[in-house]
Amino acid sequence: MLHITCPWCGPRDDNEFHYGGEAHILRPATPEKLSDGEWAEYLFLRQNAKGPFLERWSHSAGCRQWFNVVRNTATDEIIEIYPMGALPKSAEGIKAYEGNWRRQSAAEKNAKAGVSGT
Amino acid sequence: MKGSANGMRALRGGASRYSIFALARNALSYHENWQKAWRSPEPKPEYDVIIVGGGGHGLATAYYLASVHGVRNIAVVEKGWIGGGNTGRNTTIIRSNYLWDESAGIYEHALKLWEGMSQELNFNVMFSQRGVLTLAHSEHELKEMRRRVEAIRLNGIDSEVMSPAQIKQLVPIIDTNPGIRYPVMGGFIQRRGGTARHDAVAWGYARAADDLGVDIIQNCEVTGILRDGGKVTGIETSRGTIKAKKVGVVTAGHSGVVASMAGLNLPIDSRPLQALVSEPIKPCIDTVVMSNAVHMYISQSDKGELVFGAGVDSYNSYSQRGSIPTVESLLAAAVELYPIVSRLRVLRTWGGIVDTCPDASPIISKTPVDGLYFNCGWGTGGFKATPGSGHVFADLIARDEPNAIAAPFSLKRFETGYLIDEHGAAGVAH
Repeated sequence: MLHITCPWCGPRDDNEFHYGGEAHILRPATPEKLSDGEWAEYLFLRQNAKGPFLERWSHSAGCRQWFNVVRNTATDEIIEIYPMGALPKSAEGIKAYEGNWRRQSAAEKNAKAGVSGT
Repeated sequence: MKGSANGMRALRGGASRYSIFALARNALSYHENWQKAWRSPEPKPEYDVIIVGGGGHGLATAYYLASVHGVRNIAVVEKGWIGGGNTGRNTTIIRSNYLWDESAGIYEHALKLWEGMSQELNFNVMFSQRGVLTLAHSEHELKEMRRRVEAIRLNGIDSEVMSPAQIKQLVPIIDTNPGIRYPVMGGFIQRRGGTARHDAVAWGYARAADDLGVDIIQNCEVTGILRDGGKVTGIETSRGTIKAKKVGVVTAGHSGVVASMAGLNLPIDSRPLQALVSEPIKPCIDTVVMSNAVHMYISQSDKGELVFGAGVDSYNSYSQRGSIPTVESLLAAAVELYPIVSRLRVLRTWGGIVDTCPDASPIISKTPVDGLYFNCGWGTGGFKATPGSGHVFADLIARDEPNAIAAPFSLKRFETGYLIDEHGAAGVAH
């Protein structure tokens, strides 16, 4: 069983939480400019890492807040917990973020271009 | 039928057959002279086809490549021992009562192969068509079930609705009192469904494939997929480089890890799925009963253990152990529906890692790399498909084109949007 430390409520058992899957998947700003394959990458393809993995959790049976977690999926060890909208600070977390194929994907580039207004 | 060296009937490749006569003959020598069921060869430098993953699906693929398509130079590489992954961790349930035509195509293809498997492989896989009953616990579920039953029957697959009274007659240990938390409102049964011995499936396919010259190489972990200009050329393994013209990957749970070795990403999340067995008791349930609403299903093994399966855990993990609350909710539902189990002790629990796809349907597909094929994404229900999956995957590898059964399960469906949503039928029985 996972023991997750909610940033607001403290350590709780995993059945108080709802899993949100891979973190940092940005919605493309102008989907009509993406091909079907690029859209499928955003919609369906997942990192599914064996090792440090960035994921979202919600304390659904508690404060109902969302937050991000760096967890090693091979050992279930929780390495770092950080707020929504932020990036990981641990070495494992940074490596997992930068090493994700999604950083180079057309969908993410499209999303970032939309956010900066260019 | 070819004769073997000692004059007894033989398998196609020459190995002697298992039979009552072979048993009697070997009894005379105190069972010390049984021939090994398969060899343990050193890997050759090159194969026509390498299958990565020595589970039921991979071994079946190798067997059908050899027996149906006449490919002789095949290796199956397995990082541990054959049948030691999800093949040895599932709860052995077999059925083909899926909603959509595409799913009916592949699962019914598999069920028909199950019906002749022990004879074809000359290996008793203990296939028992004891029926698979799915319960409805609400009016809505019952209505949805009636719709499913008609859809399934339109595909020529047996399926019938049962009343609570009929269910009580078939499963005397079930509590049909309407006052319980999840009352039994009805159900539907596929009488041709049932169970099989999971280890025997791996061993039977391994023996039959080995007999046709397939090299089964255990303790050989794949560490890289070699490519040259977009075409696969072989694999790197813990036992050295092995060249191959074609590579088929059938590594449930770890498909994403192997895919990344070839620079591919899959629409898959790997998650723990748990099961447990009770201590053995006298026969008390001779069918399989599933309940999708409470994520629990039950059957009884030939050893007498009650076999319980749970729903899939919510989060990604490769640790092969799941979360205790999942087991707790499974047991709560089991005690509610089958009060006699409340005093049984749990003998053991375990978890396996399953590849879950967004539409709860498998991937049997070519990839952007020429000569590299993937068979994965069976999620919580791959065991039942073992023979059908191997049969159509062998066909895909041999012809480099999917047949009519495999075609809908291509990776391309995630681009075209032609998803095969089986979340309802995938249910929880595996």
